Amino acid sequence: MGFCFSDRVPLIFERSRPGRRGTPAPARAADPAELFGEANLRERPPALPEVDELTALRHYTNLSRRQVGVDTTFYPLGSCTMKYNPRVLEAAARLFADLHPYQDEASLQGALFLMHELGEYLKALTGMDAITLQPAAGAHGELTGMLVVRAYHADRGELEQRRVVLVPDSAHGSNPATSAMAGFEVREVPSDADGEVDLEALKRELGDHVAAIMLTNPNTLGLFERRILSLTEAAHAAGVQLYYDGANLNAIMGWARPGDMGFDVVHLNLHKTFATPHGGGGPGAGPVAVKAHLAPYLPVPLVEKTPAGYRLDFQRPKSIGRVRSFFGNFGVLVKAYAYIRLLGREGLKRAAALSVLNARYLKELLKRRGYRVPYDGPTMHEFVAQPPEGLRALDVAKALLDEGFHPPTIYFPLIVKEAMMIEPTETEAKETLEAFAEALGRIARRGQEDPDWLHGAPYTTPVRRLDEVRANRRPVLRWRPD
Amino acid sequence: MKVPEELKYRETHEWARIEDGVATVGITDYAQEELGDVVYVELPEVGRAVRGGEAVAVIESVKTASDIYAPLSGEVVAVNEALADHPEKVNEDPYGEGWIFKLRIADPAEVEALLDAEAYRKLVASEG
Repeated sequence: MGFCFSDRVPLIFERSRPGRRGTPAPARAADPAELFGEANLRERPPALPEVDELTALRHYTNLSRRQVGVDTTFYPLGSCTMKYNPRVLEAAARLFADLHPYQDEASLQGALFLMHELGEYLKALTGMDAITLQPAAGAHGELTGMLVVRAYHADRGELEQRRVVLVPDSAHGSNPATSAMAGFEVREVPSDADGEVDLEALKRELGDHVAAIMLTNPNTLGLFERRILSLTEAAHAAGVQLYYDGANLNAIMGWARPGDMGFDVVHLNLHKTFATPHGGGGPGAGPVAVKAHLAPYLPVPLVEKTPAGYRLDFQRPKSIGRVRSFFGNFGVLVKAYAYIRLLGREGLKRAAALSVLNARYLKELLKRRGYRVPYDGPTMHEFVAQPPEGLRALDVAKALLDEGFHPPTIYFPLIVKEAMMIEPTETEAKETLEAFAEALGRIARRGQEDPDWLHGAPYTTPVRRLDEVRANRRPVLRWRPD
Repeated sequence: MKVPEELKYRETHEWARIEDGVATVGITDYAQEELGDVVYVELPEVGRAVRGGEAVAVIESVKTASDIYAPLSGEVVAVNEALADHPEKVNEDPYGEGWIFKLRIADPAEVEALLDAEAYRKLVASEG
């Protein structure tokens, strides 16, 4: 029997047969006990799968054919900026593959130059004064940024009183989680009827008990906070630090800068805005840029440019310390650097503008097909839609799988019922947006005529509706032999 | 959507059944429908003193996690331990076996500020 798309794929462990090998293991060059110490050797060999080379190759090739990603289909996941990751960036990263982080500084000058230059570009794009490239993901960057804010208040002797972080009700879930992790108490600020932060409600919460406000701009509804200058001014008057979540920077890159809006600390998601791969396919990188008054607290080391060359500065007594080993995810930094150099200043601006144009075009196409947009202001790089009356976002998302598309983010933000949060990005062609809208139109029409059909979708995928309740209640996270 | 006449309601979709100075608290039928399948309920500690409006429990569904607020001030005198193994009771029987915690009411005057069934129905209709 051959491999068929709808077959259940056995685990590599289930294909294992005792003694089967791809290639023979090399002869031992040294005695492991001598190398590692007797106490560190395991008593039994690990239970690794035993398969021949062709079986291993087919196994992973066939798994990869079931993969859904930007390389196979349109992936309009709201707030995630699933743009194309140019292959040439991979080639650029490979140029640095032979470096070792324990090399001495003199032989790492090229790598340090690249980190320094990337830092300068990101500071210029965000309007900030200092930067760390160490954090390994967006949420890691958030935590780093909030620990920097915490160190700043502690240094001024105000940490005891400044216990609260304000977060809008449309915020990314990572914002309250980060604040709590950094030891603060979270208070939610409501949105107003237009979907922007309720400025008066926020002002009422301000005071010397507040450490920071975490904001995304444009916000999760895709709307630019038009009163941002009044907001940051009021916050600063109360001694409150402004945190900019860079998740949505793609919308304004090259056009507006968080630093100019009054933000004190910014994290960037290189794996969103700067076209490096995401998450499981990543790794990611979440650089944190700050204004000068927060620079002393950034993690060590920072790359410093001196007349004698580039060096790593560890002598920063107020630093919060390391947040990641070595230089962070250096390969990601190379890709982001190459992306910025590829596009240039005008190219980055154009990418941002096209991301907004694509999102607005798609929004109009969906409105014509009965989808609703509750906060229909001047949306930027993304928008939040609702399915036509009577249909559920989950069902529509499942039906999109049959149409060959990855569904958008659903049920987020929490302030919109049956939310479908759609971010097409600038790298999609007009025809792709139109095909996606056509698919959503077909799903809406058929779903309204035949609700049972829609509840049963998807029909063509290797697995149908997953038991999400069981997956949450009884997760099976690793395979065990019977 | 069921909204029993004999219960009191909070605008954040909790219900309270008041008997002998103790309020039994859960979430409404509307709330469980909106949340979808409940997978976990984080219960408060028995003996904890809470203020009305304070977040005391967390309910997690396949869609989202939400705070559950104390409709009244008082002391937590019991929690529904059965939800640890059977959180689906919140969906199946929100006003019965899906109750979440019981409060000994500190200030009976606070009960007056809660919504009656009629007012809660109007609230839900306006949220549509």
